[in-house]
Amino acid sequence: MSDTAVTPVPVKEDTTPHPMEEWLRMDRIPHIWCPTCGLGIVVTALVEALKKTEFDPDLLTVVSGIGCTGRVAGYIKLDSFHTTHGRAIPFATGLKLSNPKLKVVVVSGDGDLTGIGGNHFIHAARRNIDITVVCVNNFIYAMTGGQVAPTTPNPAVTSTTPYGAFEPPFNLANLAEACGATYVSRWTALHVRRMVESMTRALMKPGFSFVEVIAPCSTLYARRNRLGSGLDLMKFYHDNAIIKNGCPTPEVGIDFQKPFIVGDFVDKERPTWHDRMRAQMTASLGDKFIPKEGPSICTNCE
Amino acid sequence: MDKADPLGVLTGSHYLDGDEACAEGALAAGVRFLAGYPITPSTEVAERCAARFPFMGGTFIQMEDELGSMAAVVAGVWGGSKCLSVTSGPGFSLMMENIGLGIMMETPLVVVNVQRGGPSTGLPTMPGQADMMQARWGSHGDYEVIAVAPNSPQEAFDLTIEAFNLSERFRTPVFVMLDECVGHMTEKVIIPSADEIEIEPRYMYTGDPKEYLPYKVNGNKNNIPPMLHAGQGARFHTTGLTHDERGYPDMTPACQAVLVNRLVDKIRKRDDIVLLEEDGIEGADVIVLSYGISTRVSYGGIRIARERGVKVGHISMKIVWPFPEKRIRELMDSVKGFLTVEMNLGQISLEVERIVAGQCKTVLCGHAGGTVHDPKVIAKAIEELAK
Repeated sequence: MSDTAVTPVPVKEDTTPHPMEEWLRMDRIPHIWCPTCGLGIVVTALVEALKKTEFDPDLLTVVSGIGCTGRVAGYIKLDSFHTTHGRAIPFATGLKLSNPKLKVVVVSGDGDLTGIGGNHFIHAARRNIDITVVCVNNFIYAMTGGQVAPTTPNPAVTSTTPYGAFEPPFNLANLAEACGATYVSRWTALHVRRMVESMTRALMKPGFSFVEVIAPCSTLYARRNRLGSGLDLMKFYHDNAIIKNGCPTPEVGIDFQKPFIVGDFVDKERPTWHDRMRAQMTASLGDKFIPKEGPSICTNCE
Repeated sequence: MDKADPLGVLTGSHYLDGDEACAEGALAAGVRFLAGYPITPSTEVAERCAARFPFMGGTFIQMEDELGSMAAVVAGVWGGSKCLSVTSGPGFSLMMENIGLGIMMETPLVVVNVQRGGPSTGLPTMPGQADMMQARWGSHGDYEVIAVAPNSPQEAFDLTIEAFNLSERFRTPVFVMLDECVGHMTEKVIIPSADEIEIEPRYMYTGDPKEYLPYKVNGNKNNIPPMLHAGQGARFHTTGLTHDERGYPDMTPACQAVLVNRLVDKIRKRDDIVLLEEDGIEGADVIVLSYGISTRVSYGGIRIARERGVKVGHISMKIVWPFPEKRIRELMDSVKGFLTVEMNLGQISLEVERIVAGQCKTVLCGHAGGTVHDPKVIAKAIEELAK
């Protein structure tokens, strides 16, 4: 142990309020994410998008699963649920069906949503449940130390593919479209303005809307693959992300450290689960059908 | 206590099987959301709710699996509904993940398990009672559970309402442990009028939503915090992680001690979560303990033994978890032994052994499942024990 005395440097207290104070749980800041992680950017973009939609914040609900992105729900000052691994989408489905007035947003990672939660992902898209899903894709399971994911490009090195990943990864945009999503887009953590615009459109879009955000994990993905710092990954996105709105989703698969396509890919009309359910019940039962419009237990709301 | 919402109450005298009666109990209790996945022999519960919901503002969804069903049901409660899911053994295994979430988030709901023979796919269309310990211990971590076990369609109706009332009173998932026999046994079921059905109201927070702390217990006699639902202006957070009064993750041994001890104590420290039906206990040499269909079969065995002059009493357990520990202790010094009749190879009997701890004899009259006990076998076991 060194005895060297350290003279504290006086810090002038900054009393400027955080510009997102109204929307963040400031009593939980600083967050747990690593320096240069893309998640802070995604949270900022999502809050900006939520503001733009002018939805009543009291009716906005955020649901996350488990993992680094799973922690998003804990930092946004809305009714927020940090659930079990892979189950953010069925949890969101339950909230929306229990109270259709809620606007439900799922924010979770690629492993959570399309690995352990893959079955829920495809069925929520098929049903066209009216929720927005933001998938932060860092190509690995980061919280547990950087294991191979269903999205890992070949032949990236991960802790469980020390000699290079060889299983073909999902093309998430294509998967979402094939299963029936009404809105599909992909950006990187670098494309903040476009990400906000796409998230806003996704939130406004009735049905299952999907925004994939490619985000840097410098601690595990970049380090093991010798891709440099988080800043180097952002530079890589800058040099290699090709904006191609309306690009057919079968063409947007991602190869390891090769140029890749971002943009708004799908924007289409399709009746939601609630639209179809109400139409069918009304056709079958007429006036006898009593739709579920809100909570059946509510002691102190209107 | 509140009264039942008349929209869900099918008042009258009916001829129903246990599954249908269970569904009617849930509807009478106010269930308006069910997420489930088909599995024999439980499907009639979901089918009946799916058919009846559209007339009372209820929503049914058939999910992709039981993992999703249970997640949706936990969420449905936070969305403001009374919620039910229903399954059998293999699905119950999958539900354990989010049953744990329901316990951790203190979510009042009911899960019905119409038990069949196991392990694994086992005997899909035939009875078992071998999920009793799974109900008690099936999810990971420390917690206490409440489980009821009806022995007739009438009890399936009554105890399902009781299960919902207990779930609201203690803010925790409660299990209705039916078995294939009771689930598919058709008998007369009397459904009273809505104003005769007592409903435990959800314990709601009534202060300023901006001041709401989701896990702050304000001296509530049941040791539970008041709820608010999503959309009520509190902008609260809840998590499956160990959390403090604000619902924020606090992964410290100190926070773990406060939270988990309270989750356990709110049930373990009570001795009033008991529902037993007793017969012939006074002066009995042997007491038969049973639940669910095993109670009905025990009636026959006890009758034969009594005809042969054996002094045998009967405790039929309607609430199996928490186990009626106090009552067993009261009786253990005055009897020769307890005979536990159950359709498994020793589950609740282990609990009896633990409590009695050698003070009197404890014997299992078990059965591997697939059909019920032969009453003569029960009678023989009673006679052996009475010697």
